[in-house]
Amino acid sequence: MSKIEYTAVQGKSLAYFALLGGLAFVMLLALLSVWHMEHNGHYVTGMNNQIVWGMPHVFAIFLIVAASGALNVASIASVFRKKIYEPMARLSALLALALLTGGLVVLLLDLGRPDRLIVAMTYYNFKSIFAWNIILYTGFFGFVGAYLWTMMDHNVYKFKPYAGFSAFVWRLTLTTGTGSIFGFLVARSAYDAALMAPMFIIMSFSFGLAIFILVLMASYKWTGMELGDVVVNRLRNLLGIFVASVLYFTAVYHVTNLYATQHHDVERFLLLDGGIFTTVFWIGEILIGGLIPLALIYAPGVKNCRTTLGLICTMIIIGGFSKVYTILIAGQAFPLEIFPGYEVSSSFYDGAINSYTPSLPEILLGLGGIAMSLFIVVFALKVLRFLPVSLADSVADPHAK
Amino acid sequence: MANSHDTSTNTSRRDFLSKAVVAGTITIAPGVLLHTTAQAATGDVSTKAGDESVSSKNRWGMLIDTAKCATGCTDCVDACNKENGLVSHGRPKSDTQYIRKVTLKDKSTGHESSLPLMCQHCETAPCVDVCPTGASFVREDGIALVDKHICIGCRYCMMACPYKARSFVHEEVENQTLTAPRGKGTVESCTMCVTRVDNGGIPACVEACTAENHNAMIFGDLNNPNSTISVALKEQGGKQLRPDLKLNTGVRYQGL
Repeated sequence: MSKIEYTAVQGKSLAYFALLGGLAFVMLLALLSVWHMEHNGHYVTGMNNQIVWGMPHVFAIFLIVAASGALNVASIASVFRKKIYEPMARLSALLALALLTGGLVVLLLDLGRPDRLIVAMTYYNFKSIFAWNIILYTGFFGFVGAYLWTMMDHNVYKFKPYAGFSAFVWRLTLTTGTGSIFGFLVARSAYDAALMAPMFIIMSFSFGLAIFILVLMASYKWTGMELGDVVVNRLRNLLGIFVASVLYFTAVYHVTNLYATQHHDVERFLLLDGGIFTTVFWIGEILIGGLIPLALIYAPGVKNCRTTLGLICTMIIIGGFSKVYTILIAGQAFPLEIFPGYEVSSSFYDGAINSYTPSLPEILLGLGGIAMSLFIVVFALKVLRFLPVSLADSVADPHAK
Repeated sequence: MANSHDTSTNTSRRDFLSKAVVAGTITIAPGVLLHTTAQAATGDVSTKAGDESVSSKNRWGMLIDTAKCATGCTDCVDACNKENGLVSHGRPKSDTQYIRKVTLKDKSTGHESSLPLMCQHCETAPCVDVCPTGASFVREDGIALVDKHICIGCRYCMMACPYKARSFVHEEVENQTLTAPRGKGTVESCTMCVTRVDNGGIPACVEACTAENHNAMIFGDLNNPNSTISVALKEQGGKQLRPDLKLNTGVRYQGL
């Protein structure tokens, strides 16, 4: 491939500022929600002593997982030397950093004591996977930031392969850490599975690429630059593999659980009797987030249809939220088995299926995280040259017809 | 005259009071001394001086006899709430509970029983493992606590606790007791009434259960083979909850 020319978006149009303004407004609403929650205490949220992690965690974990996956395109270019992905590597790394920032801000602002950030940064319990994650998140900024630097500054360009490889290894470690937050919870029937770590990695591939494709298509459509079918269809095929892989891991998780008698109750809850959780699983996660996108990706009639691809990516994102919601909330809703063989009841809801109704402030905080991620991307695209001037078929693939 | 009469009256009253105090002290003191000495000797209470640091010499624990724990009785819960200044805000799902009464019904036999459930003060506590800042910790003497100064309110310990023993403070805290500091936005749980224990006392729940003559709860030193709790465990046995997790809990149950 010949030398790639990059450009920054002009960012002088009313639409550009309206976009930034709209995102800033959502962030403002999120901040007001945080003030409301922190001023009154978490009783104003839908969370309680039974469901201790609610909607903000769903958003935060989705964004953190997607952040790692958004780096896919860059990794495939620099680690696996696939030239066609090379021009999009800068955007890929930028999106990864932006998504992680949004996710972490949501996570931080949902703490009982967000004012103690400095405590979280200075007191480490090295046996805690949560503490490890704090290091992994910080390291991700460092590695991906350095990688981006090597991509954008010719003086350090020679270090790009090393930076790209380091970022690749780090992002795999990071998502292993995120999955292990649940995998290490031995007490809860729905968690306590080593499979969580690789499943989170494959989830990151899928969610991150879906977001990347949407951002890529929007950037080129709104700037009027050319984005050819060769690149888009390559990404679409890759997305199909990732969606299928997520479905595979989901199936393995449930089938291995179903094999063990002690997990039959929780599986019955998740797959059959869980009410809203069962609905979210089958309709949201499996159908909208898995089977329909998969069918559309490989449907011959809509191969070059951008609208369909946009719809596919949106469905994968909805499915991704459903998956994280099911893992997180349904996993907590199912009661702890402290007394196997007994029917249990108490004033603290022992033995009861816990319910959770997310409150508006929690949802606004989560949306604020998404808005922040997108704000960073939209702003950065104007400040630095992240986008190739053209991704037309002739540029992206010299052998394209 | 009047003055001299008053003086003699005062003198005799003072005389009487001082003799009464002396007599009372002589009568009661040996009993109190003997009781304390006996408890201390058997490892039922702490004997360490106030400025002495906590050591692994002791492992404080509780033994609960479910056969003696009456369904519907909440004496231990009430005492705990009073001791720690826990009040209901009319929101049961988010109200703090250090200890709760759990009703059990054996699925195969239909047998019903009741027991108090609180922090099990595990030796290898999952809450300690997962806490990112080290705010969750287990003292040398086996009491699991939360350092309220470095708890960031992430609630991962609540996710990890196999006994759902922890609560998150969902609102501003008022009327705190001196011995039980609490804070909005942090996590808390049974402290085994650590201040009482450090001063040679026993937890409020055990005290209340004993005072009402239920005697379903025993507190003492698991490391002392002569303590009431160790003797009872040796003679009658006692189970840990979720023994499969191998957490070596400080709280044990009989009758399950």
